[in-house]
Amino acid sequence: MINNMPMIAVGALFVIGLYGVLFKRNIIKIAIAVSVVESSTNLFLIVLGYRTGGSIPVYTLAGDFKKMVLPTPQALTLTAIVIGLATTALLLTLIMLLYKHYETLDVYEIRRLRG
Amino acid sequence: MSWQVHLPALVLSVPLLGAFVALLMVKPILRNLWFTFILVATTVLAFLLWRRVGISGTMVYVMGGEKWNLTLPSGMALPIRIIMEVDAFGAFMILTGSLATLASGLFSIRFLDRVHDGNKFVALFFLLFTGMLGLEATGDLFNFFVFLEIASVASFGLIAFWRDSPEAVEASFKYAVLSIFVALLFLIGVGILYGIYGTLNMAAVAKNMQVGFLEKVALVLFITSMAMKCGAVPLHMWEPDAYGQAPAGVSCFLVVVGQASLYGMFRIAFSVYGQAFQGSVLAWIIIVFGLLSMFIGVIMAVIQKEAKRLMAYHCISQTGYMLMGIGLGLLALSSPQAMSEYGFTAMKGGIFHIINNAMYKGLLFLTAGSLFYATGTTELDKLGGISRNMPYTTMMFAVAAAAIAGLPPFNGFVSKLLIYESSFVVHPFLAVVAMVTSILTLASFVKVFQSGFLGPSREELASTREVPLTMIVGMSVLCLMILGLSLMPNWALSNLIEPAARDLVNQASYIQAVMGSGL
Amino acid sequence: MKPLSIVVRTICNIFAWFVAIFGAYVIIHGHLSPGGGFQGGAIVATFIALLLVAHGGKRFFEWVKMDIFTAFEGLGLITFVGIGFLGLSTTFLYNFLALKGGLFGSPVTIGPNAGILNSSGTIALANMAVGLEVVGGLSTIIIFMFLGMRYVMEGGKEGSEDDK
Repeated sequence: MINNMPMIAVGALFVIGLYGVLFKRNIIKIAIAVSVVESSTNLFLIVLGYRTGGSIPVYTLAGDFKKMVLPTPQALTLTAIVIGLATTALLLTLIMLLYKHYETLDVYEIRRLRG
Repeated sequence: MSWQVHLPALVLSVPLLGAFVALLMVKPILRNLWFTFILVATTVLAFLLWRRVGISGTMVYVMGGEKWNLTLPSGMALPIRIIMEVDAFGAFMILTGSLATLASGLFSIRFLDRVHDGNKFVALFFLLFTGMLGLEATGDLFNFFVFLEIASVASFGLIAFWRDSPEAVEASFKYAVLSIFVALLFLIGVGILYGIYGTLNMAAVAKNMQVGFLEKVALVLFITSMAMKCGAVPLHMWEPDAYGQAPAGVSCFLVVVGQASLYGMFRIAFSVYGQAFQGSVLAWIIIVFGLLSMFIGVIMAVIQKEAKRLMAYHCISQTGYMLMGIGLGLLALSSPQAMSEYGFTAMKGGIFHIINNAMYKGLLFLTAGSLFYATGTTELDKLGGISRNMPYTTMMFAVAAAAIAGLPPFNGFVSKLLIYESSFVVHPFLAVVAMVTSILTLASFVKVFQSGFLGPSREELASTREVPLTMIVGMSVLCLMILGLSLMPNWALSNLIEPAARDLVNQASYIQAVMGSGL
Repeated sequence: MKPLSIVVRTICNIFAWFVAIFGAYVIIHGHLSPGGGFQGGAIVATFIALLLVAHGGKRFFEWVKMDIFTAFEGLGLITFVGIGFLGLSTTFLYNFLALKGGLFGSPVTIGPNAGILNSSGTIALANMAVGLEVVGGLSTIIIFMFLGMRYVMEGGKEGSEDDK
């Protein structure tokens, strides 16, 4: 059970994020929910690479080690974080522009495009 | 060993360099020359890549390796570096995408004069180009995700490029939320496969693939995200908004970017899972996606009153044809008899439809853009009688509309005929839906042609002029491609389409190109 | 936006430089320790954000021009792709400097070691290029959001560099 805790956290974060994306009306909350889903993905990748008792996968800093955690998922996570930064910044910019045009943050009122 | 072995890397890095240098351009004229130069250079590289893949078979390229084809360094059981892998299907997609991009880029040059910050437009345009080509050239699952995000971020920026228009920002926001979310689903799928097989290379995963529960979960995530990115029907809501609100040259470009996601779906279904996935569930899911997209897309298109939104709905319905054609091929994958009976014909139809759709749908978006450039509106109610003032645009619209509706001498007819023939063998209902869709497509384009171009000329549109030369050049690239494909369908089928279909079906050669035969 | 109080400005004047230097450290040691171009660049961009918040837009734009960040971004990325092209005689992005001696190519043994700074070949160069790009890019984002606030809140014209 205790070894599965990180995976349960991944699932919980994902569900919270999904709930936010689907049911929240405020677009800033939607952007936050997208970031939460992103965190759950990053946590998932990190947990994949963890080996119990493993040390940091850098020779210079590892010191005396028996085994290392996997470096590839960490590299993937770093890339995903960088991408996440770009997308979050873009989402916030779009929200600023939407607020200027519509003067509201409610998704139910931001719908000129339909049909 | 010539310089041509570096083509898979060059075709990605040249537009990337183009994007970054464009940021520093001071004079608009210099920037426009640079824009044209990089566009033409990348298209030439894509053509050379296609030629070389046709001559020497699937190409692999190891990024940063000691040798370009050293996929497995000695003692390694799995590839460790990022590997580009281009087979005939990938090369075909790269060529199609580059041609459509060339046209939309040439069309956009005059558009750049009207915007405040053209350098950023050029940079985003080339980033989107790199993202699209990367999706089609990569052989690595995580790299695929990265290119997916490069393409997404660039397209959010381009869709919202008219940031003073509320609708454009709204469309971009909707697309952004959905697209980021499904890209994360894709990443979770990649993580699952990495956790099981310990590698990210598609060929290496495919070699060890044994489909269990977790692999099925990953497959569902992959198919969902790719279906959303290409705009298949239950997940299509963003597409009419985004395509309708983007600048016209960008809409033409987004069509081929959507097809790159389609490519990703087929690559995963055929090359990563392929023979290991027993049963026909996946194939039927893709076929049902196709049926729904075809029918609902065209029904929604008939009732639209705005030209670009109408065309965007048609884009959904045309995506349905490709999904159905290649889905039928997937259905026949495990039995050679079914493959020769209907599967291969359907694949040829689906793949031929990809290049046809890129050409005529792109041309339609460009004509809509030149209508907007000349008259300032694309509302069909406000247009009318401009065929005398804009003869070239009218002619090209007529060619493209005839091709998309599948009228006999044009290329749309050939690919649709192949799909009708093969789907009729599986079940007549599929062929009926495809034909009804084709008829409704014709009906809605007759409506556009009649109310937009023909009819009595209006006073407020009397001073309309033909669009500038570079726009006409951009449109005629696509128009010539349509006429060429229409006049020589047999040449296109045997040289362009069949190698692509053969390589897509042949999972063993895709694996062997990376993993070698020794293992 | 108005400058903040003199206490904030003084503290900022003293400590912002440590932030910048720490960022440079993280960039340069990217191949030896956790960190690298993006992380270090983000730290340096924090330095820009500190200056902007503490001193306000008016004084900030007396010191630097907007164009310089775009130039950073472009130059960093061109350097990165250029490093890729230079390796093209072997493969794209090939590490042609490693193990060749000289400034970037000290040989290093595989296994635990004390960490030799100039051992990484093109990786350090690429890290610096990425660092430069991230400084430019993140600062551009911060400044555009700063300028955009007036555009959004007052519904007027976009704030330019001189009417802050």
